[in-house]
This record gives sequence, C-alpha cells and structure tokens, in this order.
Amino acid sequence: MTQATVSSGDTAWVLISSALVLLMTVGLAFFYGGLVRPKNALNTMMMSVVALGVIGVQWMLVGYSIAFSPGNAWLGGFSWLGLHNVGLEPNPTYSSTIPLQAHAMFQGMFAIITPALISGAIVERMRFRGYIVFLVLWATLIYDPLAHWVWGSGGWLLKRGALDFAGGTVVHISAGVSALVAAWFLGPRRDYRRVPIAPHNVPLVLLGAGLLWFGWFGFNAGSALAANGLAALAFVNTNTAAAAALVTWAALDLTRTGKITAVGVATGLVVGLVGITPAAGYVTPIAALVIGILAAGVSYTAIQIRSKTKLDDALDVFSCHGLAGIAGALLTGVFATKIVNPAGGDGLLAGNAGQMGVQLLAIVATVAFAALGTLGILALIQVTIGARADVPEESAGLDISQHGEEAYFGSDLGSSVPGTGGSLGGSVVVQTFSVEPTPAGAPGV
Amino acid sequence: MKLITTIVRGERLPEVKAALFRAGITGITLSRVSGHGGEHERFEQYRGTALVMEFHEKVKIEMVCSEPFVEPCVQAILSAARTGEVGDGKIFVQPIERVIRIRTGEEDNAALTAVNADAVQRAAINAAGMGGVA
Repeated sequence: MTQATVSSGDTAWVLISSALVLLMTVGLAFFYGGLVRPKNALNTMMMSVVALGVIGVQWMLVGYSIAFSPGNAWLGGFSWLGLHNVGLEPNPTYSSTIPLQAHAMFQGMFAIITPALISGAIVERMRFRGYIVFLVLWATLIYDPLAHWVWGSGGWLLKRGALDFAGGTVVHISAGVSALVAAWFLGPRRDYRRVPIAPHNVPLVLLGAGLLWFGWFGFNAGSALAANGLAALAFVNTNTAAAAALVTWAALDLTRTGKITAVGVATGLVVGLVGITPAAGYVTPIAALVIGILAAGVSYTAIQIRSKTKLDDALDVFSCHGLAGIAGALLTGVFATKIVNPAGGDGLLAGNAGQMGVQLLAIVATVAFAALGTLGILALIQVTIGARADVPEESAGLDISQHGEEAYFGSDLGSSVPGTGGSLGGSVVVQTFSVEPTPAGAPGV
Repeated sequence: MKLITTIVRGERLPEVKAALFRAGITGITLSRVSGHGGEHERFEQYRGTALVMEFHEKVKIEMVCSEPFVEPCVQAILSAARTGEVGDGKIFVQPIERVIRIRTGEEDNAALTAVNADAVQRAAINAAGMGGVA
C-alpha cells in the first residue's frame, strides 16, 4: 500500500460531483412532479425530496457501513456505523487521493436518488408514511448490499469482474425492477385507463430533465473519483449518449405521430443518461453514441407496449431505468475496451466474449434480489401501516390527503379565517388575525 | 336593456375588445371557458398515452347594453371575431329586467354608462387610427 495523500484537485472534483448528484434528486422531483396531475404534484415531488433527508440520515448512520466497510462478499461490516472510523485520510481500497469522507458523501448521493427513482412507478396512490418506511427498508436491505456486491471491497460481483462504472446495475436496474414490482403490488391508480391522465406541467418536466443531465456529469464523470482523463472520458460519453438518445427519441416520435414532443425528448435524454451510466468510463465516445441510440430504442418500444397493458408503472420507471439500464449493462459487455481505460475491462468486440456472461450474471442477480426484496418490503408495509392510499385519499389527491397542502391553492373564495363567519366550507387557517370591517360611508368606498 | 353574452376564440380577444371599445361598449366581463361546438377534436400525445381533447378553450364576454348600443355591439363582435372557420363562437342576446350600480344606487341606463366610457372610446378610436389593433 503506497502512502496515500489527498489530491486537492481530485477532492474538489469529487465534492462538486457529490453536490451535482444531490441536485439530480431535486431535478427528479421536478421531472416526476410535472408528469403527474395537479392534485398529486407536491406528493410526487416530496417522494424525491424527502429521500434527501431520510436516506441522508440512514446513509450516515448505517448505509455507508453496510455498503463499503470491510465485510464479506455479500455485506459490508458494521465498523463504519455513524461514519465512525471514516476519516479524512484516503482509503486506497476506493481512492488513494480523496478523503474517505468525500467518498462517503459521493456514494451517499447515489443512495439517495436510487429509491427516489422508484417513486415514479407508484405516484398518485401510495401513502406517504408507508413510502418513508419503504425508503428506509429498501435502502438498507436492497441498495446497501447491492452496492457492496458491485463496488464494496470483497463484493462478489466486483471479484467476478462485472463492469458497472457509475451504477447501471446498482442504481438503475435495481430501481427499475423494484419500480415494476411496486407498481404491480400496489395495483393501478383508480383512474388509470378510465379517465385521461396527462402531465400537468410539461415545463417542469423539461426543467427536471435539464437538472438531471447537468447533475449526471457528477454522477458519471465523478465516478472516476479523480479529476483526470477518465473523468473527461466519462463526461464526453455521458453527454454523447444523452444527446444521441434525445435525437433518437425525437426521430421515433416524429415517425410514429408526426410531431416531436417535449415530454418525449425529456424522456429520451434521461434514457440516454441511464444507458451510458454503467459504460461511461469503459467505452469510446462512438460506442457511447450507439449506446444512447439503442437505449432510446429499447425504452421507446417498451413504453408503447406498457401503456397498452394494465400495469400502471405510472412514469415508466421500468422502461426508462430498468430496461435502459439492462441495455447499458449488456452493451458495456459489448463495447468495453482497455484502450480507453486500462483499469477497466475488455468486452465482446475487444475479443472477450466472457464479459457478456459476467454482465448477464450481474443483471440477473440484481433483478432477482431487487424484485424479491421489494415484494417482501411492500408486503410487510401493507399488512402493518398500509401502503396503498384508500379511495377517498386517492380521489381527493395525495397533496391534500397526505400533506394537507396544495401545489396550486384552489380558490380564495373558498377559504376564510376561523371565527369570522361566512365560511364557504373551504380551507382552515390555523393562524388567526383580526378582520376589521370597513366603516360604512368611508371615503373612497 | 340587453345582456349580450358572446363566446369567441381566445386569439381574437384583442380585436374584439378593441372593436367593442370603439363602439362605446366599455363595461365588459370576461372569463376563460371550455366548451364543445362543431369543431374537430384535437389529439395530444404524452409518451404512450394519446388523449382526445373534446373541449376547446374559448373566452366568454358578458356585457349589458342599453338599447341603442345593442346592434353596434353585435356588429362589433361579428366584425372582430369572425375568421370564417368552424369554431368562431356565438352571440346570445337576452332581455335584462333591472340594473343597479352598487356605488351610487343609480338604476338601469344611468347605471350602465361607465364614468370613463367616452375617454376609453376616444382612446380606442385613436389607437385604431394610429395603426393599433384594428
């Protein structure tokens, strides 16, 4: 073990990347929030935002230790609980040039956004308390072990040589598959395929997609854990795949309906980002272009098929993250080359067909673990505090029923100050203030 | 006195408003409405979901006129709101029994004349003459 010294450049990049990935969760809130109906806008956005708090605490207390502290092939240990023993010195197992605490924060942002991704499948119908319990259990029992398998020291998929640069399996496949299971378990929204459900604010969707793209540079290029050539490669590949997928989606939209849609290009660029995530630091930019195009093709087709079924994966998390993630993980096995990253691996086109088998194993293991785990967690929540909102809660909208707030305050006419009379049965103002009647005959009246 | 209710295209609203002001009808109430007429349905696509928009966004304008203003009002709306395509809207004319101005208690025709009606009408005519909205 060489003497590890902190590099100021590397540390600066990883800390900035951590902040960029945090911004992705906020971007996700806008992306998802714009896609639902007005009565569920806050609840949908809160499903992402609350993860910043809940998983931020969970990660610091237990998550980082389970995922990254020394343990066995399946789980980390408990020696880093509460970030105990996680110091400001580098740990060469992960990076010999950044403080281990910087690694902990960077990885923490991944742990936050991953369960938030799932929420898109279950919007407009899940109880918020149940969702928070789901967040904690899913992060602890699914995400943290998975991260250990693929990235933790001694993780069994890491030892087999599975290539996952920034989280194609750990983040996107696991979230996508869990989303599919959760959508099936909760059942469709009452209004699904009965009344038209359209995005209530497409500009918010575009804002969210833009923030996701911006933050994804931290997600992928930051996964180099250094400000070096590998980070630049991942940056270029990330942008290339997102752009290629946006263009592909637009072309598919144009061919199918004669128009290029805003929701379509927003979805397309995100799908490209998902597809390149496992490959970002292992492939050439030309391969990134192909990955972006193929990921968009797969997701686009899946969405068309899914929307004709009874499976209410409301915001198509499985199509966008699960399937694009699987496509990206497989294509990593096709296009990976040690020419661009000697520390990476060679794929099918570089003469290493065996890499496809390893990638497939990682995918199957992730799918099976995430699916079964999610099913167990949701079943537990359903029989204890309840997972599915009841009919009146769902009809009124989850903003009112779960949070007691509205994204777009309904009507000034319908509200009144308690004690002043004249209420039309509208909202209740808890803080009271006196209302002076205007004197009759006052000037200017 | 007549209540004149008209449903027009939102994109024709500036022209209709200007024409009404030029005709001396300056007291108007408008609201955004959705409705169904003889127009074709509009289609929207969101990812895998196709929606048929059966109701079209329109603007409803309501105004109460004294008898001499009723025909100029109708003509102003007709000239400004018509595009010739299906969906230009309707004009409804109904009798009104009584009008009271809350500020003064004035009734009927006296209550109908806006205090700044002349100024608004002059400004609208000037604007049209200077190349404003026709």
